[in-house]
Parts: sequence; structure tokens; C-alpha cells
Amino acid sequence: MAAWLLVAGGSLHAETQAFGLEMPAADLAMEMTTPAFAVIAQSDPYTGDMIDPSLLGIDPESAAVETAENDDELMEEAAYEGLEETAADVDLLIQRLPEGSFNDRRAVAEELAATGDPRIPLILAALLEGRLLAAGDDPPRILIRADTGRAGRDALTGEAVDADLIASGRRIPVHNPLRNALRNLIAVATISAPDPERRAASLRRLMRDDVSPDMLAYLDERVELETDPRVTDLLLTVRALARLNVDDPEQRLESIALLRGSLLSEVRVRLEATATRDDDPEVREAARDALDSIESRIRFFRFTENLFFGLSAGSVLLLAAIGLAITFGVMGVINMAHGELIMIGAYTTWFIQTLIPEALSTSILLAIPAAFLVAGLVGIAMERGVIQFLYGRPLETLLATFGISLILQQAVRTLFSPLNRPVASPDWLSGSLYVNPILSLTWSRIYILAFAIAVFIALLLVMKKTSLGLKVRAVAQNRPMARALGVRTGWVDALTFGLGAGIAGVAGVALSQLTNVGPNMGQAYIIDSFMVVVFGGVGNLWGTLVGAMGLGMMTKFLEPHTGAVLAKILVLVFIILFIQRRPRGLFPKKGRAAEA
Amino acid sequence: MLTRRMFLSDWGGMTVLVLLLAMAVAVPYANLVLPPESPWHLSTYWVALIGKFLTFALLALAIDLIWGYAGILSLGHGAFFGLGGYAMGMYLTRQIGDRGVYGNPELPDFMVFLSYESLPWYWWGFDMFWFAMLMVVLVPGLLALVFGWLAFRSRVTGVYFAIITQALVFALMLAFFRNEMGFGGNNGLTDFKDILGFPVQARETRVALFVVSALTLILAYIASRFIVTSRFGRVLIAVRDAESRARFSGYRVEHYKVWLFVFSAMLAGIAGALYVPQVGIINPGEFAPLRSIEAVLWVAVGGRGSLFGAIIGAFAVNGAKTWFTTAYPEVWLFALGALFVLVTLFLPRGLVGIFRRRRREGDA
Repeated sequence: MAAWLLVAGGSLHAETQAFGLEMPAADLAMEMTTPAFAVIAQSDPYTGDMIDPSLLGIDPESAAVETAENDDELMEEAAYEGLEETAADVDLLIQRLPEGSFNDRRAVAEELAATGDPRIPLILAALLEGRLLAAGDDPPRILIRADTGRAGRDALTGEAVDADLIASGRRIPVHNPLRNALRNLIAVATISAPDPERRAASLRRLMRDDVSPDMLAYLDERVELETDPRVTDLLLTVRALARLNVDDPEQRLESIALLRGSLLSEVRVRLEATATRDDDPEVREAARDALDSIESRIRFFRFTENLFFGLSAGSVLLLAAIGLAITFGVMGVINMAHGELIMIGAYTTWFIQTLIPEALSTSILLAIPAAFLVAGLVGIAMERGVIQFLYGRPLETLLATFGISLILQQAVRTLFSPLNRPVASPDWLSGSLYVNPILSLTWSRIYILAFAIAVFIALLLVMKKTSLGLKVRAVAQNRPMARALGVRTGWVDALTFGLGAGIAGVAGVALSQLTNVGPNMGQAYIIDSFMVVVFGGVGNLWGTLVGAMGLGMMTKFLEPHTGAVLAKILVLVFIILFIQRRPRGLFPKKGRAAEA
Repeated sequence: MLTRRMFLSDWGGMTVLVLLLAMAVAVPYANLVLPPESPWHLSTYWVALIGKFLTFALLALAIDLIWGYAGILSLGHGAFFGLGGYAMGMYLTRQIGDRGVYGNPELPDFMVFLSYESLPWYWWGFDMFWFAMLMVVLVPGLLALVFGWLAFRSRVTGVYFAIITQALVFALMLAFFRNEMGFGGNNGLTDFKDILGFPVQARETRVALFVVSALTLILAYIASRFIVTSRFGRVLIAVRDAESRARFSGYRVEHYKVWLFVFSAMLAGIAGALYVPQVGIINPGEFAPLRSIEAVLWVAVGGRGSLFGAIIGAFAVNGAKTWFTTAYPEVWLFALGALFVLVTLFLPRGLVGIFRRRRREGDA
């Protein structure tokens, strides 16, 4: 009750925010993330008044609500005074709502929306939902029935009224055309919300329907008052859209010129309508022209988006494959358990997160070295335990490592659970970078792209600049000669395999942020990883980079035309055919051996 | 001379063949003639299970032929097995006729469900048994011909070949999962009623399928044995052991490999065709890369390069799998994994290798 009166006293804040809960949520909050919205509303102590626990005879749910009530009561007097002085004519208008035909009602509602009176959104919403009642005559009392139960309140003063009065009230009828108009009007009435996000949302709501030119004056007024630049943009767009309906072709042309740069889908729909239906050929021409320019901009951004998706898919492939580029590419070991090493990295992330659940960012950063160590040690154990006995017998290595992969999978299933483990992402990894309505880039994918490239560069440096890298390359090129020169090839083998396995573990940390972490996750990557390494050319890190990005791009540029599965099939077929033409990949190792 | 080389020196193969023949006689007898009370009575469940193993053994034989004798490791033989299975499945689906849920005499249930107007062209002819049987060998054979010719001509060998065959079977799996392919998508083809007019579920039909599988396996073994003991087979072994040397000696290595690969793919297709009526379903799961790799394990366990070892391996691994997955389902993957590792490390010649070594020691 208190907040209700507060509203008239100028504190719009509480009422309008609470209003968001009351509205058919999809309408007002359509472009906004509903959860975030709900948080605002719940955290606001005034929200309690919307459901109005005290009026309904329910105890206020929390102390916060109660203090709010007290605060409100202090301001009640002043608010009430203010209301009596300024809103008398609005009251009269509200009382005219039950009268006349639907069209009359619509006219009244339009006038009401234009008043900017803070009670209007609430009343119109009640009318829309059939909860606005009229009781008695000359003048009738306008009542709002609560969402649930039989209680309600007076629409003009916000005072609680008893259930008998509500029961005697006549429902003020609405029909569908009026409902549509009301949705618009509610949006207009909420454009004045204090929260810019709310204003933006209601403007977007307005944009979807025809805005009648009658509202232009009101919109002009809002443009003057608006402070938030993004909302101003939206306001200008809505105003331009509204001007598309005015009689003066000059003004319509002006609007079209203003709408040229817009990427909003609503604008496109309206321009298309104008381009086909406008009476003035010049306006039609201009609209078509504007549409063309919008289309070409959209094409550009869609291309950019595809490019980003391709790079992102490529970065995932790169992460998955780069460890394999070491074990398979440099050492020639077919490690079918590579995917399971990725899985171990992902499980390490999950495990560290369950140890320190309160520090998400720290746990992710800690997980990177931890996953490297865990997966690396598993890799070294594999190499010393099994693979070292199988050098020179690649097909046997393949089968043995496949066996290891089955054991690792089952071990994870038995140790933890066959179900997927939830891995949370820190805040800075969620959400997306909003560029324009067509293009927004997910932060997690941007970070993973950067991470993949960082891992690649680190690995490149290890291979080119460190003594281990030198030895690894020496052993790969000529094992007997390296041994003759004093390289402990056994150790180098173990460390190289550990390095490749560790990198796979690090990849698991990144992939845990993108996909489900479960015992089967490794299998999803193993075939792709081999494809990348084989495509890029064995024994060449740059080849792996080019291969991963190339295949990622190819998949993402095929996907819009073919769908995801067919794109994948086509890429596989492409690789099969490509291998026929270049059996050693894009960048083959140079050498003179007849058999590599 | 040829028969001597083919059969008499092949003591292990002869043993396996005799065992198979005995099975082909004993199993029907134990199932159909012996009364259920008899301790020697074999339930129909067991007939179907051993029948399934027979088809797996045929697949293993096909893999051993190329892996053991030409050094071609295919991790995608499930592709040919699955294609043969689908060809048979299509025949069986067409035999359902108007007994499906929707009662459409022309279209299988899933097509009615996906609102197909008419039968897609690649389903034409599958109502005829002979045509379906032709496709069982032709489709895998053609795929193997094209794939093998492309691969072997550009000298894609060893690991690379293994990986692209895996890509092949993976691509096929993805493709068959698509509803648009017109092969029943995820669910595959099932709910079969008749084969050649006999009800698929009937005990007699199952026994008949069992006998056919056993005889096919025996024939396939003899044919494979003929190939590997012929001149053709000797060249293959030369290719396996030193491909470049064989090539430089003037043999068109790729021709030998392609034809062997095609024959192997056809055997795998037949295995798939025999498998489907016995298990009653074919779905894209048959194309899962894991299945193909498992089949390679059968050969590795049994002993690569002996043909009959593959048959022993298929029975041993699948028998163990059946036992483990019912008794200790948790342990099965551990056991399978350990089997992979142990066999490659300690039994490079497989189970057959143990006997061979014994015999050689005994001889000495």
C-alpha cells in the first residue's frame, strides 16, 4: 500500500520495477535476460507491495519488506497530497474507462498512456489481463483485482478494498484489437521507467508493433529527456518507425534515411512493408535502397560471425589436436587414449572446483598447471608401462593405447560416476561481447581462442628454444644418431609423451568450459584430433595450426547451408579424399626415405 | 599339391573347420530334437547367441585376411558389416508389408511417420531376395573398390589408412543417424517379420540361420585359405613384409591390395547380412568406431595371420564379453582394455601363438 502511494509522490522506482514482475514477462522483458531482471525485482524491498502481502492479510515475508513499509508510511502523507493536486484530471480519465465502446476505451487508454502518470502501466496491465473492475456508478470506483485470491485494491488510490466490493465489480471488457493496442500503450507508459534497461526493453517491445503517429509527440518529449545513449538510439529508431506512418512523404523519407544504418530485425520488417506497400514511389524506392544497404551490412556481419565461429571451432580443434601433434606427429605414437587425457584434464578442473567452490577464477587458473601435471604423469606412466615396448610397431601401439583408453574411461566411471560432472564457469567467461544486434561474440569462446593460441606459442617455444625441444627433434629425426651423441632417448621419449599428454590435459581445462565433462567426452575429440594432425601434416606444429583452423572454418561455413551433421560428414569425406592426393598432409615432413 | 598346401598343412584350420561342422550338426540337434528336459538341450537364446558369434567370426576372418596377409589395418570394417546388414535389413523391412503399425503396404513405418510420399529410389528392388543378396556383396564391395583404389593408388598405408578408415566409418555413422537418409535414422530398421516367407522369430528359422551362418563361415574360410595359399597370396605376404621391395620387383602392389580389400569387404557384408536377422535389428550403432576397433581386437587376440585364429578370437572375446557383461558389467571395460594391452605386449601372435610355440617346442 505504502509503495503504491509513494509512486505518486515521485518515487517511481519501486513501482515500475515491481511492475516488471506483473507484466506478461515475455512481452516486456523479451530482449532482457529474465533471471537478471528477476534479481533486480527480488532484491528490491518494495517488490513486496506488488503482491501486497499486508493487503492480502498475509504476513510480510521478510523484515526487509516491513522496514520498507515503515519508510513508506513516513512519506505517505506527502505522496497523498501530491496525488490529489496533480492527478485529478487523470483520475477522471481513469473513471471513463468502463464507458462506451472498445474504441472509446482505446482512445481513453491512449490519453492515459500519454499522461506519464506512474499508475498507468499498472492499470493498463490489469485491464489487459481482465483484472480491472468497475463498481457502482457516477463516478464508478475502479478496482484492481489481485492476481490470485479474491482481494484487490482501488486503482486510483491504491487502498485495499474488501473482497465483497471486488466481487461486486464488473469486469471492464477488452477484445483482441484492444489487447494489442494495450500492450503498446503499456510499453509507452513504461518508457519513462527510471532503469535504462527497462526503458530499452519497452522500446524494443514497441518496435515490434505498429506505433501509431499519435504517439510521436510523446516520443519527441522522451527524446529530449533521455540521458542514456543506447536508449536514445532506440528512441530515435522507434520514432523513425512511427514516422513511417505519417502522411507527409518528406518525413517518411527522412525516417528511412535515419533507419538505413539499423540492424534490428524489427526495422527490417517495417522497411520491407514500406518498400512494398507505401503509396509514394519515391518512398518505396528509398526503403528498398535502405534495405539493400542493411542487407549488405548484415551479410558482412554474418560473414564476420561465421569467421569467428570458424576460428572458435578451430581453436577447440587446435587444443584437442596439439598434444597429439607431439605424440603422434613428433614421436609417431598413435595414442588412441589422447581423448581420455583431455578428459583427465577436464576432471582435474572439476575436482579442483569442488575443493575450492567459492573461488571460481582461482580454481580455473589453478587447474591449468594441475591438469598439465596430472595428465602428464598419466602419460609418462603410459609411455614407460606400455608404449616403450611397442616402438616401431605403430599398429600394435594403436591397439594397446586403445585398451588404455577403455581402462581410463571405466576408471573414471567407477571412481566418480557415469554421469556428467557439472563444471562452473567464472563470471568473466560467461556472457558475450555485444557488437550490434547481428553480431555478439561469446566471451568463453574468445578466451578459448586466445588460450589455444597461447598454448600453441608456448609449445612452439618449448620445441624450438629449449634443450628438451632440441633433443625431442633430434630423436624424432634420427634415433640411433641421437643416442650415439649421448641423448638419453628413453628419457626423452617419456618426457615428450608426458609433454603431449600434459598439453592434452590443459586442453581439457579449456574444453570443460565449453562441453559436458563426462567419461565419454574424450571419444568426441579423438577422431577430430587425428583428422587435424593428418590433414595438417605429421610432425609439423604449424601444419596442426593451419589444419585445425582450416577444418574449423570449413565446418562452420558449411553448417549454415547443410546443417551440423552433414557439414561434419562432408569435412570427413573431404579429408579422406585429401589424404589420397597428399598422403602426408598439407605440410609434409621433408625427407628422402621411400617409406616414412 | 594345392589341396595339400591348402588343407593338410593347416592343422589348426582343419580343427576349427571340423569343430564348426560339428557345431552345425549338433546345435540344431540339441535345440530341435532333444526335449527341453534333457541336460543337453540348447535353448533358442543360445542358438541365436552362437549364431551371432558365427557372424562375428566371419567379420574377424575378413579383417584377418587383409591385416594378417597384406598388412592393411582397417579400423572401419564395421562400415562394410553395417552396409551388408542394412541391405538385409531393407529386405526384411520390405517383407513386413502392410503388417506395420501404420499398415502401409508400400512404405515402412518410419517413412510413413516422416511423411514420405513414395519409396526412395535406393529402396527399389529390395523386396526381392536375390536383389537384396546381390546388394549385400555389391554395396560393400563397391565402396571398398572406390575407397581402396583411391587409398592404395596414392600409397596411403599403415597408420594413415587406419585413421581414414576410421573417418569413413564415423562419417557413415553420422550419415545413417540422419533421418533424411531414409534408413530409419537413430532407430534403424527393426520389427522384422519374415525372411523368405518363414517367420524370423520362429525356432526353426533361427536354427536354419545358424546353420547357414556356420556353412557360410566354413566356405569363406576355405575361400580365404585358397587365396592366401595361391600365388596371389604369396605376393600379398611379400607386400605385407616389404611393400617397396615388392613394388620394385615389378608387382602392381595396389592391384593386389585393392582386390583383397574388396573381397574382405564382401565377406564383412555377408557377415552383416547374416547378423541382422539373428539379432532382429540394424541401427547406426553398428557403424560406431568402437565396434570396428573391437573387431580388430578379436583378430589380435586370436592371432593375426592364421585365419582360423580370427575365428577363435571372435568366439573367445565375445564369449568373455557375454559372460562379463551379465556377471560383472562394471569390470567388462577394464577386462577388454587390459586384453588389448596384454595381448599386444605379451601375445603378439595371439592365442594361436601359444599353441604354435608349444608345437614347435614339441617338434624340437
